[in-house]
Amino acid sequence: MKLLRNLDKSSRRNYFSYVLVTAAFLIVTFMNQGGMLNKKMQGLLVPVCCYIVMALSLNLTVGIMGELSLGHAGFMSLGAFTGVVVSQSLMGVIPNEPLRLLIAILCGAAVAAVGGFLIGLPVLRLRGDYLAIVTLAFGEIIMDIINCLIVGHDEKGVHIIFNFKGDKSIADLNLLEGGTAIIKGAQGAVGTKSISTFTGGFILILITLFIIINFVRSRTGRAVLAIRDNRIAAESVGVDVMKYKMIAFVISTTLAGAAGALYGLNFTGITAAKFNFNTSILVLVFVVLGGLGNLLGSIIAATVLYILPEALRQFADYRMLIYAVVLILVMLATNNPKVKNLFAKIIPVRRKGKGD
Amino acid sequence: MAMLEVNNINVYYGSIHAIRDISFEVNAGEIVTLIGANGAGKSTTLQTISGLLRSKTGSITFNGKDLGGVPAHKIVSMGIAHVPEGRRIFQQMTVEENIEMGAFTRPGSEYAERVENVFHHFPRLQERRKQIAGTLSGGEQQMLAMGRAMMSKPELLMLDEPSMGLSPILVDEIFDIIKAFHESGTTILLVEQNANKSLAISDRAYVLENGKVILTGTGRELMQSEEIKKAYLGG
Ligand SMILES: Nc1ncnc2c1ncn2[C@@H]1O[C@H](COP(=O)(O)OP(=O)(O)O)[C@@H](O)[C@H]1O
Ligand SMILES: [Mg+2]
Repeated sequence: MKLLRNLDKSSRRNYFSYVLVTAAFLIVTFMNQGGMLNKKMQGLLVPVCCYIVMALSLNLTVGIMGELSLGHAGFMSLGAFTGVVVSQSLMGVIPNEPLRLLIAILCGAAVAAVGGFLIGLPVLRLRGDYLAIVTLAFGEIIMDIINCLIVGHDEKGVHIIFNFKGDKSIADLNLLEGGTAIIKGAQGAVGTKSISTFTGGFILILITLFIIINFVRSRTGRAVLAIRDNRIAAESVGVDVMKYKMIAFVISTTLAGAAGALYGLNFTGITAAKFNFNTSILVLVFVVLGGLGNLLGSIIAATVLYILPEALRQFADYRMLIYAVVLILVMLATNNPKVKNLFAKIIPVRRKGKGD
Repeated sequence: MAMLEVNNINVYYGSIHAIRDISFEVNAGEIVTLIGANGAGKSTTLQTISGLLRSKTGSITFNGKDLGGVPAHKIVSMGIAHVPEGRRIFQQMTVEENIEMGAFTRPGSEYAERVENVFHHFPRLQERRKQIAGTLSGGEQQMLAMGRAMMSKPELLMLDEPSMGLSPILVDEIFDIIKAFHESGTTILLVEQNANKSLAISDRAYVLENGKVILTGTGRELMQSEEIKKAYLGG
């Protein structure tokens, strides 16, 4: 299909997203090398990248497809623990850390893709808000399952047991001499070799932006927008509703899995509880405040709202007050037409016929 | 063999038996109308043909091919276009983008000619090419839905109450366009409550009541039938 003129405005904003992300990356890298970031800020760099990817990918489901997902953190969790297991067990075979990170991210993404497909299969054919309910349940169930998981690695390979009764421990894996525990049930991943880098996060954001922007402009993306706009009309022109919703949803969960792997490999240990309902809601807040379907908005909202609570820790008493004020300001900035006009003047966009 | 053959279909919404043993046919080159009051089962019949609903019994064939089990999106590419009831357009897209979506199953070949053909029938849409479709008037939205359906180059065009809620002048305009589509070689299956207008342009018609076909004949025969005069033509 030929390129649609109506998308001009948003595509300009999308190009601006690439520029902004790259500029921010360069500035932060310089600041870091110049010693201008304290330890705490340095520690936030990779997680911020992860949450930006989470917000962007959730925006695909919520903003672009128009379906509510309340379990996005569950897919992040799948990616995180898959990534940790893959990286830890390949440590001997692939000593090169960036390469191992890449493989771990690809595996985490693949597992989250399968998870998204299995969730989507029964749910996306239904009309109504079933996706919200099922993803909510999925997020909780996946947490319980991982809490039961005991995984270790030795010369013979990866060993997994499900500790459903709660009577097993790492000793039951019977690891050979020199074997290591990777996931210890409710204690989560332990002793992980942290290999995630800020550069890796930056590249993942760029890839995510590239995938989503090109998706929206593709024939498939047009079909998804058409379904959101008017499902009956979309069916009447021959759009396979189930198929196109599935494609969008699986891309969304795949990217969440990639973000999860990057996140899981940024720490020496994480627990499944980290990816609970609150985390799903936090990401949803980034998306809603950044504006549905607005990728640049998701990036800004995720960055500001993730760093802010951490940066404000020193003002303990006023922390939540300032946080609330910033929430309101972000909302105004992304949704208020006046502020939007102000932004429009700063970021020139070609004006088009009425309605856009 | 007729182009479209509907044999003894029965369609249910849960326990509601909406279509009872309906059979009818549409021959290539005809305009056939289904008329009937609200709730008679006209829309349900069209949705069953286009694959959105399924019949429990019987069969539907199009050019000899059985449509049973064929998913809705494939039926469009087989040559049946359905303009659903109630102006289902893409509100947030421009007129041009709506028309482009009409070619979803058939992009590419002779795309420009098809667009030109739509604008030839609907010069008003051409003037409003860049306008967001949600801001069009009711009549223009109906025209857009019809133009969009023509973008798939259908052999059979099914129209569900295209004149609903439009002013008399616009109704005339819509019926003129239906005639023009027909003259350009498209077979038409029309659903209407406006029996007067639709019978006048129809080769044949079927009268539906409570999910059953109760009467059939040529457009002219039905216009003269006492029963129809009483029920649908206001005396
Ligand atoms: N989605 C639905 N759920 C349940 N019953 C329906 C539904 N749609 C239509 N019906 C019922 O099926 C019958 C036929 O409806 P319909 O085909 O829409 O009639 P028409 O188009 O002739 O006005 C009516 O009794 C109507 O109440
Ligand atoms: Mg109807």
